[in-house]
Amino acid sequence: MIIKNVRVLGGEPVDIRVEDGLIAEIGPGLSGGEVVDGRGAIALPGLVDLHTHLREPGREDAETVLTGTQSAARGGYTAVHAMANTSPVADTAGVVEQVWRLGREHGHCDVQPVGAVTVGLEGGRLAELGAMADSAARVRVFSDDGKCVSDAVLMRRALEYVKAFDGVVAQHAQEPRLTEGAQMNEGVVSGRLGLTGWPAVAEEAIIARDCLLAAHVGSRLHVCHVSTAGSVEIIRWAKSKGWNVTAEVTPHHLLLTDDLVEHSPVGAYNPIYKVNPPLRTRADVEALRAALADGTIDVVATDHAPHPVEDKETEWSAAAMGMIGLETALSVVQEAMVDTGLLDWAGVAERMSAAPARIGRLPGHGLALGAGAPANITLYDPSVRTPVDPSGYASKSRNTPYEGMTLPGRVVATFLRGRPTVLEGKLT
Amino acid sequence: MNRHLISAGDLSKDDALLILDTAEELARVSERSIKKLPTLRGRTVVNLFFEDSTRTRISFEAAAKRLSADVINFSAKGSSVSKGESLKDTALTLEAMGADAVVIRHGSSGAPHRLATWVRGSVVNAGDGTHEHPTQALLDAFSMRRRLGGLDGRRITIVGDVLHSRVARSNVLLLATLGADVTLVAPPTLLPVSVGSWPCEVSYDLDAVLPKSDAVMMLRVQKERMNAAYFPSEREYSRRYGLDRDRFAKMPDEAIVMHPGPMNRGMEIAAEVADSPRSTIVEQVANGVTIRMAVLYLLLGGETVA
Repeated sequence: MIIKNVRVLGGEPVDIRVEDGLIAEIGPGLSGGEVVDGRGAIALPGLVDLHTHLREPGREDAETVLTGTQSAARGGYTAVHAMANTSPVADTAGVVEQVWRLGREHGHCDVQPVGAVTVGLEGGRLAELGAMADSAARVRVFSDDGKCVSDAVLMRRALEYVKAFDGVVAQHAQEPRLTEGAQMNEGVVSGRLGLTGWPAVAEEAIIARDCLLAAHVGSRLHVCHVSTAGSVEIIRWAKSKGWNVTAEVTPHHLLLTDDLVEHSPVGAYNPIYKVNPPLRTRADVEALRAALADGTIDVVATDHAPHPVEDKETEWSAAAMGMIGLETALSVVQEAMVDTGLLDWAGVAERMSAAPARIGRLPGHGLALGAGAPANITLYDPSVRTPVDPSGYASKSRNTPYEGMTLPGRVVATFLRGRPTVLEGKLT
Repeated sequence: MNRHLISAGDLSKDDALLILDTAEELARVSERSIKKLPTLRGRTVVNLFFEDSTRTRISFEAAAKRLSADVINFSAKGSSVSKGESLKDTALTLEAMGADAVVIRHGSSGAPHRLATWVRGSVVNAGDGTHEHPTQALLDAFSMRRRLGGLDGRRITIVGDVLHSRVARSNVLLLATLGADVTLVAPPTLLPVSVGSWPCEVSYDLDAVLPKSDAVMMLRVQKERMNAAYFPSEREYSRRYGLDRDRFAKMPDEAIVMHPGPMNRGMEIAAEVADSPRSTIVEQVANGVTIRMAVLYLLLGGETVA
């Protein structure tokens, strides 16, 4: 198969020859066999999400491995890391293998399960991390995401323990006592709206502690969904020490701010903007963008968090936290980072494909497009601008905060080991 | 005026004055032997109370009935809501019953905003979580205007648990609109971290502020705040922020004392202060009915006041 007329990382138009799931050759004027017309789209290595909630097992009303991976493919992803906060929790080899197998069977996108750090995400004792690492799912990323591993001793032990199999602990940094009943970013807007505040310090204090712990035991720490300017400063400092700390930011934290809770086209207190960690201020958004641009933040991860309509069509405090994001991530990154001149397409490929694959120790993903690499390829047309309309999404859920906004770009095609999962923007 | 009354901040100065002036007219009617007006005959007002608040519900009920509206009381306890019905479904039910106005009291900040997206009728916020209670602020302003002769340039001090107080939020917004100078006094733990952005002054020192106050509004302090380390003990709170007799003596001679109720006598306010002639606490209750009549009357576009 030849993919004609694409611009690798936004460069000059070339053709890509794909054979046996691998890239055989990249160059101008290739011919022969089946042809897919790229029409000048940008070619990126298939995107890798380090933070996806697929909800299966347990909340198949919100998402399944099937719909979640279809959603991922439509967003240009060829691999996603499925978070562990399912029901039952992915804290045993059995559950992670089940999720991994479902991903393989459906074939829209590779599913790499994340294992829970503690049994039942309860923060009490370590889950059998080694068994998950040794399972067919070969788990390398461990996280209690949704909950913080707040106990300092348990966090230290987890960081130490996963060194045996080159694992990484991905921390949901949220000091629990400082965020009891927290509803939104603590600041000017929360004060006016009378909503219990989620202070930046509750994130920053845990990140600071964990960086010090990771340094002390010489292990790898990954920080999930960094949301504040202060967190960026701490991570920058930890990296300057040479410590093995990586971090991710979500698309929504790169674009949206907490004042949407008060003023938005969909009305005040609309839980479509309720997410954890919460949307922060404009200054935080600017700091996160700068940090992603300079590499302090390594990765854009979606934190795709599907919820059924009835869990969002409520009063604010009763609503579930989270936003879907797989099918808008690349557009939001273009809007926030590329069109603002902060990141080029090579930078996007690094932050959305290479780095997450590296941190997740995920073989066969995130490799530069070149002869011999697996043909995991995303074709993206950055030239269009369209209003976000979730009605056609593959995700089972519709809780996108971008509905009605106009965003740039569109995923044209996604190839998983040479096989198209999306063509002309549609699932194959 | 807007179709709804959800936040005191939504009221322009003209809106607020119109409500206060309408209330004055209605108060004159209330002095007649027959208190009832025919203005809202055939209109339906639903009192939708998700929190127990007999005082506020009765006040709205009396206001609506004096305007001849049909009143439906919907209390969450023992209703379909306690069986898990969502706010949206409750709203759609009320909509189907043809509610012209829904008066909502809810424990979740912003619930009236959500309700307003699901019903066609007017929504009146009767207290939402720790957000706002605009009719309380209006009745407070009405009470102050009557005692002080006006609000422009008047120095109003609000003391207590500002962080969790919907009364404080609505009062700060409304009083700023009406040109009063508001000072909040509280221990720093009971102020929002962002209070510096509010249109008022802030002090931690009640004794310094009292001599410069034309009205002092004491907020109810819930004793359970103590357990969450907002302050060390009831006695310490009372010593530093309670309005006792000695502090009362530091206020200017004409200054008034207010409290939205219910009071913790002996905690934030001493009994003899609450019961003094300069206390407006009982008047506030009576004025509550009048101001709620004015609000319903204006929102539902009644005929001219008889």
